[in-house]
Amino acid sequence: MAKLPPYTSTGEYIWHYIYRGICGLIFLFLILPILVVLPLSFNVEPYFSFTSGMLNFDAEAYSLRWYGDILRNGMMAPDEAFSWAWVSDTWDNSQWMRAIRNSFFIGICATLLATALGTLAAIGLARSEMPYRRLIMSILISPMIVPLIITAAGMFYFYSQVHLSQTYLGVIMAHAVLGTPFVIITVTATLVGFDKSLVRASQSLGAGALTTFYKVQMPLIVPGVIAGGLFAFITSFDEVVAVLFLASPEQRTIPRQMWSGIREQISPTILAVATLLVILSIILLTILELLRRRSERLRGISNT
Amino acid sequence: MADSHIAPLEPITAADGTPLKKKLAQALFRSKVRAVSLVVPLFAFVMVSFVIPIFALMWQGVYNERFSKYTPNLTEQLTSWDGLTEPDEALFAALVADLVVAKKERTIGRIATRVNQEYPGTRSLFTSTARKAKKLTPPFKESVIKVNKKWAKIEVWRAMKLTSQNLTPAFYATALDGRYTVDQGFVQQNENRQIYVTLFWRTFMISASVMGLCLLLGYPVAYLLATLPLRTSNLLMIMVLLPFWTSLLVRTTAWIAILQSQGVINDLLVTFGITADDSRFSLIYNMTGTIIAMTHILLPFMILPLYSVMKTIPPSYMRAARSLGATPTRAFIKVYMPQTIPGVGAGGLLVFILAIGYYITPALVGGQDGQLISNMIAYHMQKSLNWSLAAALGGILLSGVLLLYWAYDRVVGIDNMKLG
Repeated sequence: MAKLPPYTSTGEYIWHYIYRGICGLIFLFLILPILVVLPLSFNVEPYFSFTSGMLNFDAEAYSLRWYGDILRNGMMAPDEAFSWAWVSDTWDNSQWMRAIRNSFFIGICATLLATALGTLAAIGLARSEMPYRRLIMSILISPMIVPLIITAAGMFYFYSQVHLSQTYLGVIMAHAVLGTPFVIITVTATLVGFDKSLVRASQSLGAGALTTFYKVQMPLIVPGVIAGGLFAFITSFDEVVAVLFLASPEQRTIPRQMWSGIREQISPTILAVATLLVILSIILLTILELLRRRSERLRGISNT
Repeated sequence: MADSHIAPLEPITAADGTPLKKKLAQALFRSKVRAVSLVVPLFAFVMVSFVIPIFALMWQGVYNERFSKYTPNLTEQLTSWDGLTEPDEALFAALVADLVVAKKERTIGRIATRVNQEYPGTRSLFTSTARKAKKLTPPFKESVIKVNKKWAKIEVWRAMKLTSQNLTPAFYATALDGRYTVDQGFVQQNENRQIYVTLFWRTFMISASVMGLCLLLGYPVAYLLATLPLRTSNLLMIMVLLPFWTSLLVRTTAWIAILQSQGVINDLLVTFGITADDSRFSLIYNMTGTIIAMTHILLPFMILPLYSVMKTIPPSYMRAARSLGATPTRAFIKVYMPQTIPGVGAGGLLVFILAIGYYITPALVGGQDGQLISNMIAYHMQKSLNWSLAAALGGILLSGVLLLYWAYDRVVGIDNMKLG
């Protein structure tokens, strides 16, 4: 904590700590809802609240039953002994397992599409020769701004006429287009600090356009591309409005399953899934932070 | 020209003999083509999968051919009818002819639904008359009115005249709590039937309060993060970024667990004896729940732009103000705050734009009075199936958002948008 300068008056001293206290409360407001979910997901009772047993740290008040429920819900024979048949039963029939599989499949496909197209476009947009730069940029960023309900309704209306609704392709296209703005923004941010003379140096040393791209440009923009890809992935992974409109039960994703869980039969299984999702976001956040540090280090070297 | 006697200079040429000017123009054109060709794939993709679908839906807000498509005879007659005089035999004959076909082709339901949107309560009029249409005999005017007296009402015919026009402002009129009529143009809907303007107003108010709350909570935190040493602020930043990266549904679920009547806050209040067990606060499934959950979800979008602006303000300005005799409060208000205006504008606009189109959170925790305009659009898309009205409501919302987006581009510039 920063030391206060010696000329601080008593009033300022008090205010300083009050201010720190207020900030602490706001941080609590930000983080507490996410932390509350974790213990509640181990509740033995089918409630959304702390039981007296949980508050007394009674071991019997905690259980993993809701995590088991993620695997079991929807299975043909959930009570069989653990075996290969049980595993394949879970894999094929559990509602949540299907949702998890769908989420990863759709998320990865949408991310690849969004990252490939978005990176190319960001490189093009960063060139000063690009005509109508501002207008095109604002069109390409607009999927992030236009209310999701309008996007989803429009896609539902249009895709059903071209037989794309209720297909994986339709959902993937929708998620890819929602993810591209993030890729453009992050890649553009890495390109802003890009020293163009590096490209000219490489060319003057006899490298072709492709070699220059792979050996000089790419290593510098890769952190931006990966960060954009992560954003695109989490966008798809978290998206539910387009799925509500475009997907059939076959394409249910995790958020879609949670949505009907909250609306129809509220059970702590949702909290167990939520806990797993929090862990996933911690992992993604860590990757992003490592990338940021790497990028800073690279730039630090190139600046000296 | 006066100085034409001076011999023109020999143009400088490139190695292959072409003038250098031409060569440069060629090179510039080639690099332009290269830049454009990099952008084209994504542009085409966004057009096909995003822009065109939205325009296709928006077009439905002013263009609806459901009626005219299935009633060719009647539409022709209605076009020539002035809408003021009593409907004549030719109109009734066209009606019967179209109803007979519609019954056979099973399109009567669509016709009835379309007119019902314009003039509620007429659905069964169409379906029941269509069942008997085949047996009706001329003169049709009398026999049709005999089947149902409502056919004598001129309002029904006016409604049909309106629905027979493919290009219509009627849906936008409805979306603004008005009615478009044949004889009077736009009229205001009765007080007790005005729902959409109220809903737009509520959406605006909720978004504004969420924006205000985000600013109130985000400003001190962003200031703290910007003034602390980098090591500490990076650690605290996790508290901002983790919610940002956590699923929207997870956070909404968490708020349900916290705010519901058997939830964490109410349990705490009861345990400490602040409230009685039977008078728990209703914090969720109403507007309060919507505002709390939306503020939590959108707060990072306020903190991050504020932080990136505050980070660039040199601390020496504040010290200079102090050394010139300003009190800390005065220095903060006069010197520091004006410099943070770009951040406030960026964060505030972003939060407002995102809040105004919110759907998921109000739908899950909003109850009755916490619903926003998005929820009404979803209702008309999925339940009432009045897509044209959904498109009209969406059109109004979209133009508001695009206006704000334009303002955002003006204030911040979309290239300056930062994430995390």
